[in-house]
Amino acid sequence: MASVEIRAVRKSFGGTPILHGVDLDIADGEFCVLVGPSGCGKSTLLRMIAGLENISGGDIVIGGKVVNDVPPKDRDIAMVFQNYALYPHMTVRENMAFSLRLAKAPAEVMEAETSRASRILGLDPLLDRYPRQLSGGQRQRVAMGRAIVRHPQVFLFDEPLSNLDAKLRVQMRGEIKDLHQRLRTTTVYVTHDQIEAMTMADKIVVMQAGKVEQIGTPLELYDRPANLFVAGFIGSPSMNFLPGHVQDGGFRPDGLDGAAASLPLPTQTGAGEPVIYGIRPEHLRLDEAGIPVTVQLVEPTGSETMVMARLGETPLVGAFRERISARVGDTLRIMPDPALAHLFSKGTGMRLSA
Amino acid sequence: MSETTTAAVPWNPKRSTPGALARLLDNKAFLVFLCLLPAVGLLMVFLTYPLGLGIWLAFTDTHIGRGGVFVGFENFESLWYDQVFWGAVFYTLFYTTVATVLKFGLGLWLALLLNENVPFKSLIRAIILMPWIVPTVLSAIAFWWMFDAQFSIISYVLVDVLGWRDTYIDFLGTPWHARWSLVFANVWRGIPFVAISLLAGLQTISPSLYEAALLDGASSWQRFTKITAPLLMPILSVVLTFSVLFTFTDFQLVYAITRGGPINSTHLMATLAFQRGIPGGQLGEGAAIAVSMIPFLVLATLFSYFALSRRKWQQGGNDE
Repeated sequence: MASVEIRAVRKSFGGTPILHGVDLDIADGEFCVLVGPSGCGKSTLLRMIAGLENISGGDIVIGGKVVNDVPPKDRDIAMVFQNYALYPHMTVRENMAFSLRLAKAPAEVMEAETSRASRILGLDPLLDRYPRQLSGGQRQRVAMGRAIVRHPQVFLFDEPLSNLDAKLRVQMRGEIKDLHQRLRTTTVYVTHDQIEAMTMADKIVVMQAGKVEQIGTPLELYDRPANLFVAGFIGSPSMNFLPGHVQDGGFRPDGLDGAAASLPLPTQTGAGEPVIYGIRPEHLRLDEAGIPVTVQLVEPTGSETMVMARLGETPLVGAFRERISARVGDTLRIMPDPALAHLFSKGTGMRLSA
Repeated sequence: MSETTTAAVPWNPKRSTPGALARLLDNKAFLVFLCLLPAVGLLMVFLTYPLGLGIWLAFTDTHIGRGGVFVGFENFESLWYDQVFWGAVFYTLFYTTVATVLKFGLGLWLALLLNENVPFKSLIRAIILMPWIVPTVLSAIAFWWMFDAQFSIISYVLVDVLGWRDTYIDFLGTPWHARWSLVFANVWRGIPFVAISLLAGLQTISPSLYEAALLDGASSWQRFTKITAPLLMPILSVVLTFSVLFTFTDFQLVYAITRGGPINSTHLMATLAFQRGIPGGQLGEGAAIAVSMIPFLVLATLFSYFALSRRKWQQGGNDE
């Protein structure tokens, strides 16, 4: 096992820069998730750690050793691919033992390692099957088995769950996390799904357009997003953003006037510049003293009720524990929880509230 | 405006009893027969009849212009003692084996090159396809010219430009030179088919398999032998079968370049059959030579069917 350090890593394809200097420390045994929208460079970064892409600038350090020019097979890493990349002409057993066979490991070592991995992953009944004969979740497990067999210093996962259906995804999410807790191998996991990131990670790295937006634990990112992008990306349904300005110790949304349209601030900052007031749907509550919004859609999910509404022209989503019988066009009065509201600069997008 | 939505007009459709023809067409057995008829008809007229006629002719002493009578295995008996026939059998096997090996060696090599990121890939691919697009007889004439005893460009380059030789090569005048020259022409013509088919096969192999193998520690030779080769085998076997069949039954190249000469050394079974049957007029004997090709072709087909057919890993389901 080993730590991974990414120091000012850059990548360009041709003349197009993909990564603009990424810095990241992953501690030994940590589960680190790289998350971001498609094309943000997270998979490229992972493939650079694996050695499948060369590095245009900066250093990648695994276990204290710069590996920029170390070929993939000597980096002591194992990778699980999005499409699993199982060898179709080999059985499950042969797939898992392939790296050992290439390393000319003795037969008893191969046998011991494959049976250990298959025991961990519950693959024993499938050892003599071919990948074609397996379901998506089973293939996923074989791909992990192939990684486990090698006792790598670092596990790399490239969107491993995106080819599975929703239910299986939740199950495999649990299995991967469970596996990590048992093996405590340093893991770098790439996904575009913020729920996967939130549920699995020790540390989340939010990326956008080749830059790191914020690094932190799941709850740090949820509670204190550093900028508008992270605030909108983490959390589901995503945070409401209200443009406006700070006046008389309260927040006044644009396009609304009157004292009724003032929202309480989390901290007294941001006076004098255009700001964005961020509040998560689950941090709104119904309150007779609140501001009026026009209901557009009500979605009861049983455990909570989602209300899509408009405050003036700005769309607003609320998630309420109570059951709401409002209809389209009705007016609801809602109030944000000021301690859980966020204030961002409209110009820079950066967080203003502490 | 008139009313556009009115109540449905009451209408009781009469249940008519189907006619005799309708009942006949509802009969599954009859329908199967009817639907198969065009295909079976075409097969009979264009495949079974000529093949049957050829086989029948092989057992007669028919000449052109004179109907023959059934003579049993007489044609085959005379072929058994016919040196020219055995020469043709030998050359057909030689031609097929050597040309196929070369076509596959070079074709696979080209396909592997084209599967890498080479510049001007599509242009190179188009150029590679050219020998296959040119009509065979046209390229045969070009080769005839290149192999000419007096005007050959190959001789010209070797003798007059490079000065490596003192005399021009008599490509088509001596048996072994002629044999190799024809193999060369066939390889030139056959490579595009092999290269493009194998390239298509290579492109079905997911790049992530190579990446996974790279991480698993495979060298480039191991990636070729352990990933590329087994995954290419299904398409390779199909292409191999086709290539062997095409080469074994080749006619145009040989007939256009050498007509089987010199001293019958480059006769393929197909050219000899034609030579004896049409210009020679001995339809029966020509047919017998053609029929003698059938066992070889059946053997080649069976080989590829059994030895190189679908592997277990290609099959889905739980068929253990």
